[in-house]
Order: sequence, then structure tokens, then C-alpha cells
Amino acid sequence: MTAIRVEDIIKPENLVYKKSSVLTDVPMHYCYGCSHGVVHKIIAEVIEEMGIQGEVVGIAPVGCSVMAYYYLDIDWMQAAHGRAPAVATGYKRVNPKKYVFAYQGDGDLAAIGTAETMHAVNRGENIVMIFINNAIYGMTGGQMAPTTMVGQVTSTSPYGRDIDLNGYPLKITELIAQLPGAAYVTRQSVHTPGNVRKTKKAIRKAFENSAKNIGTSFIEVVSTCNSGWKIDPVASNKWMEENMFPFYPLGDLKDSTRDDANTYMVQKLKK
Amino acid sequence: MAKARGAVVVENEVCKGCNLCVVACPQDVLSLHKEVNSKGYHYSHMSNPEACTGCTNCAAVCPDSCITVYRLKSTVVA
Ligand SMILES: Cc1ncc(C[n+]2csc(CCOP(=O)(O)OP(=O)(O)O)c2C)c(N)n1
Ligand code: SF4
Ligand code: SF4
Repeated sequence: MTAIRVEDIIKPENLVYKKSSVLTDVPMHYCYGCSHGVVHKIIAEVIEEMGIQGEVVGIAPVGCSVMAYYYLDIDWMQAAHGRAPAVATGYKRVNPKKYVFAYQGDGDLAAIGTAETMHAVNRGENIVMIFINNAIYGMTGGQMAPTTMVGQVTSTSPYGRDIDLNGYPLKITELIAQLPGAAYVTRQSVHTPGNVRKTKKAIRKAFENSAKNIGTSFIEVVSTCNSGWKIDPVASNKWMEENMFPFYPLGDLKDSTRDDANTYMVQKLKK
Repeated sequence: MAKARGAVVVENEVCKGCNLCVVACPQDVLSLHKEVNSKGYHYSHMSNPEACTGCTNCAAVCPDSCITVYRLKSTVVA
């Protein structure tokens, strides 16, 4: 048996995975190991596989992913802090054939933007919402977020989040799932190859839903912010598994149709 | 038993040395190089290339999309 050399393997005909053509060559500014990069890649791959690069519009938030528009070669708009679902609503209503997605962190989506989040989903806007829940405000230096865990140390909860002082972590995805306008609500993660593949399926389904006009598709990705958490990326994944998954369990919360939503309010007003 | 043979190419200058691919590899192929790239990161590389099966797990978890994966067609392996 002749030994196979690495040079014999690295040939175009043996290629099985390469970076998506929807990603630009701009190096990402994210910290090493940040979940944002993984989710960007997954969105790019879904857009490429669906062949919708010219039909998709992303709404970038305020937060670390404010500059997402540098990394995916698609049309983007950038919204004021928390307002991505409102901007996505406007864009989608004027351009109903486009695939419109809002991409937001937990500070953006679940704190300053709570009203826009809840009302966009309650209206059943035909948009995709991607929610990066890293339990902290990454961009501004690791402050406590609504999603911060009880006992979690952040720069504004130096003794750990205290329920008496700071209230409970917000399971906004569970709230969203209650709303009739929500068609598909799921919680995923991207810390292992298997989870990356599941998240990709979920994002693809969400984009396909927006072509079916059945309401909002909402994907939470339980994520890490190793800089904010002050633990290295591998240990961050472990911390997330041990501490976040029991409270933010992975899996689908809702998978329904417009008909299901229409049964939500059947009461007729008396003349 | 015929085992799939693969290889990866890591774009050294884009790699930030986060180590996520190293722990995702089921075959212990990858490790962080003792050299650093121009930004000062210890980039990932194949320190045990013979073990690579081309499964793409490393590329799946890479936040900076700097890993390309190749796999030989299984019939080639003796
Ligand atoms: C109106 C307004 N208020 C506050 C800020 C400051 N600010 C910038 S990013 C951010 C929070 C970002 O956290 P998150 O949405 O969780 O995203 P991450 O950076 O963790 O990805 C805040 C409060 C701002 N830019 N605009
Ligand atoms: S601060 Fe946190 S969320 Fe922001 S790029 Fe760094 S690791 Fe990612
Ligand atoms: S392709 Fe699979 S076996 Fe090869 S280095 Fe990557 S994770 Fe390891």
C-alpha cells in the first residue's frame, strides 16, 4: 500500500467543504470563538443553498453584530437599537417578495427593543427573526442583560445577578411562542457540529416559511460571549451547556400555520 | 477496514486560534501551532494529518470560516 500524501488529498475534485460564497473576504471583527461568526456562516450557507442572494435583506442591530453588513454579501439595513423588527416590518410590507430577516442580540431584542419584538411577532409579520442570546451586553463591555443568569457575574452585577435586585432572567422566546402571529419558534445553539447542523435546518425552515406567508419565524441561538464572560471559548461552551441549557432548553417551541393563528380569536362582536 | 482519508486547509491569517475546531475534531487531527500569524494568534493546523477523515466537523464550528475540507473518494483507499 502506497502512503497517501496530504498533497494528493488537497485537490479540487476532493473538495467537500469551503467557505460560502455569500460571505465576503472581510475578516470578522468578532472576538475569537464568538458565536456571531458561526451564525453568520450558517445564514450565508442557507442563502447560498436556496439561491436567494439577490432576494434577501438583513436588518442589522446595535450590538456586536452592528457591522454584520460587512460580512454577508447581501442587501442590508441597519436599525436603531432594538428597532430591527420595526424596520424589517416596513421593508417586508413594501417588498413582500423579499426574504427579510432581523438579526439581534439579547440587549437589542429583549431589553430596549422588547416592544418592537413583541408587536412585530404579534402582528405575524412575515419575517425571520434571529436572536443571539449570549446572556450579556457584549459590545458595550459585558453589562447585565435581561437574559443574564441568576448569580452570573457581569460588569453591572459584580456580585452576581440577584433576583431581589435585578429580577428574573427573561425567557422572551417562551413569551413569543404564546403569540398567535408566531408561526415557528425554536431555540438552538451552535457549539457542536451537530448543533450547527440543526441550527442550519431551523434557519432554512424559517426562510422557507417567509415565502409561505404564515407568520413570523423566530430562532433563538443560545450563544457565548467569551470576552464578556471572561472565559475562553471552549470553557464558554461548557459554561453555556451547564448553566444556560437547563434554563433555556433547546428545541422547537412552536411549529404552526396561519390557520392555527386564525383560531386564536374567533369571537364575533355583537351588532 | 477502509477508512476515509481527508485533509483540511486552515487559512492561517484569518484564524484567531479560538481552539473550537481542535475540540470538535473526533480524530484529534488539529492543534494550535506554536508559531503565530501576523496578528499574533496561534493558528490551528493539522498536527496529526494521517487521522483526518474529512468529516467537516472542524469547519462547521469555525466562527471565522477559515477551514476548507477535502476528502478522498473512498474507493481509492487500499
Ligand atoms: C439607543 C441606544 N442605547 C444604548 C446604546 C448602547 N449599546 C450599544 S450595544 C448595546 C447592547 C448590545 O448587547 P446585545 O444586544 O446583547 O448584543 P451583543 O453585543 O451581545 O451581541 C447597548 C446597550 C446604543 N447604542 N443606543
Ligand atoms: S464581545 Fe462577546 S458578543 Fe461581542 S464579539 Fe466579543 S465575544 Fe462576540
Ligand atoms: S475534517 Fe474532521 S477529521 Fe479532519 S480535521 Fe476536521 S474535524 Fe478532524
